Amino acid sequence: MSAVVLVSIVMSVVGVSTPILLAALGELVAEKSGVLNLGVEGMMLIGAVAGFAVTYATGSPWLGVVAAAGCATLASLMFGYLTLSLTSNQVATGLALTIFGISISSLAGESFVGLTVPIFGPVFPAALAQDPMLRLVFGHSPIVYFSLAMTAAVWWFLARSRGGLILRAVGENDHSAHSIGYSVIAVRYAAVAFGGAMAGIAGSFYSMVLTPMWAEQLTAGRGWIALALVVFAVWRPGRLLAGAYLFGLVMTLELQSKAAGFALVPPEFMAALPYLATIAVLALISVRRTGASAAPACLGRPFKPAT
Amino acid sequence: MIYPNRRLVLAGLGVAAALPFGPRLLRAQDGPLKVGFVYVGPVGDFGWTYAHDQGRLAVVENFGDAVETVYVENVAEGPDAERVIRQLAQDGAKLIFTTSFGFMNPTIRVARQFPDVWFEHATGYQRADNVAIYNARFYEGRAVIGTMAGMMSKTGTAGYIASFPIPEVVMGINAFQLAAQKVNPDFKTQVVWVSTWYDPAKEADAARALLDQGADIITQHTDSPAALQAAEERGVFAFGQATDMSQFAPNAHLTAIVDDWSPYYIKRVQAALDGTWESTDTWGGMAEGEVVISPFRENVPAEVAAAANEIIEGTKAGTYHIFTGPITDQAGELRVPEGEVMADADLLKMDWYVEGVAS
Repeated sequence: MSAVVLVSIVMSVVGVSTPILLAALGELVAEKSGVLNLGVEGMMLIGAVAGFAVTYATGSPWLGVVAAAGCATLASLMFGYLTLSLTSNQVATGLALTIFGISISSLAGESFVGLTVPIFGPVFPAALAQDPMLRLVFGHSPIVYFSLAMTAAVWWFLARSRGGLILRAVGENDHSAHSIGYSVIAVRYAAVAFGGAMAGIAGSFYSMVLTPMWAEQLTAGRGWIALALVVFAVWRPGRLLAGAYLFGLVMTLELQSKAAGFALVPPEFMAALPYLATIAVLALISVRRTGASAAPACLGRPFKPAT
Repeated sequence: MIYPNRRLVLAGLGVAAALPFGPRLLRAQDGPLKVGFVYVGPVGDFGWTYAHDQGRLAVVENFGDAVETVYVENVAEGPDAERVIRQLAQDGAKLIFTTSFGFMNPTIRVARQFPDVWFEHATGYQRADNVAIYNARFYEGRAVIGTMAGMMSKTGTAGYIASFPIPEVVMGINAFQLAAQKVNPDFKTQVVWVSTWYDPAKEADAARALLDQGADIITQHTDSPAALQAAEERGVFAFGQATDMSQFAPNAHLTAIVDDWSPYYIKRVQAALDGTWESTDTWGGMAEGEVVISPFRENVPAEVAAAANEIIEGTKAGTYHIFTGPITDQAGELRVPEGEVMADADLLKMDWYVEGVAS
């Protein structure tokens, strides 16, 4: 196998991994604050259609990404209002958000079926971005670099910053955080909104970078993989990055091996693999439960201040 | 492709079946004929359902005020479909087309309750006195693009993105490979199963993987134009599916196998208006205008276009059938002897691959 083909395979892995990484990063922050938002798939679709529509209307993919983040944030705030202000059940509301996202994106995207949009220009000079080898480093969409930067930023925020400490406190023990004067609800709103923005950008990666078009349910269930990935990574940004690229590598190698004429395992098994891996990790952390590595203690629990 | 014997028998059965409905036929013609369509996807899917809706629009254009059409989209296969079909019948539809395999049992059940309404089910195999079935011979189109791929591929390997190994898909892969092999005896069709009808990102990745592994022309039996976009990005050629998809890949798109249901729908609505509707089993192809090869673009060399046109003409005239022996399977075993043409019944349960298919 030539080096050029290897580079090409790696480029595919990056393409598969990036949107999952972005969506999972957003969900990780939301879950760290104690909110389980199962609406990732719906928010991704809203982002995908909004990004496509605005790029189509304005010709600017940059504006498209901003719109994708904005619209998905609005959707996440609806979820926030229901679950945080009205303390509705997070699981049911999250599922409703996914169904809502699928439907509203179909409706909004009706007139965009069969169209295509301009894609991002290269970030780096063409000599670097189109070189058969150097494109490995310089040839990616700006969103790819953004996803890597955000991974570092989220890690720094959660592990090193004061804000991250407060967010984690809210997720681990909401009543204690409340009693020492932090606004649990406000922190959670912010975390949910961040999750929405990231899911929206992840969705726009499908409609504007990987396959620049709109079609119903374009993301085809990747939001669920992102949700599984957060658990797989045991709520740690570093492992999330590794996990996203591992999932991407597995999915790409599956197709590559079949294209090369040998199937490693049946395709149905490969499709199930991310979830099987997640179940395995869940089993592992339940067996050797150490405080820091397990789920945020308040995950999925509605918060009602005692006073 | 027409099989006179079978048709004759069916027509005889149909006349007998239609007799009890005589008086009702006259009543049906008082107002405009109401025709219902039940779709499994959205009319904007740019694929299967879109093609059926184009057929409905052709009916509207052809008959004007004589018909009134109504459609329901995004109908889930199963109990929901039964409710929708029954509602259409209750609302006065006299002819109802149900356009997905999974609507078969609901259609049969509702048809029993409405003996004076005519039903048409696409791609299924169950019939009744008032339920006709219809499908299209898409493999005829696969033979055309297979020929083109055989002539245009430099590496002699095509990448084929396939959904599920059902006879419809297997038949298409085999027709494609057989046709390509006639042009280039060493031709190989590399299949990647993606286990989905629709997942644009995965379809595009499968195309990239096939191109990485030596294929230099792409075709697919999945529903989105994503594979064409991947081909465009790599500067190779590809074929569209269900509709002309050239706007997604202006340089890569050679031609597309287009589903055109309008001739069939117009014929059947006409029969309903005339009172000559009967339960039939139709498997139309290029001759009936149901399978159409979209116009070749300027990227198709003249000799390739000529070879493709020859196959189109032969298919229409009934002189060319891609599943004519000798055909050997992957293991090298002779499956269809020299000169023999595979029967429809064997095609409809095809579960083996011809030589040169790597799956």
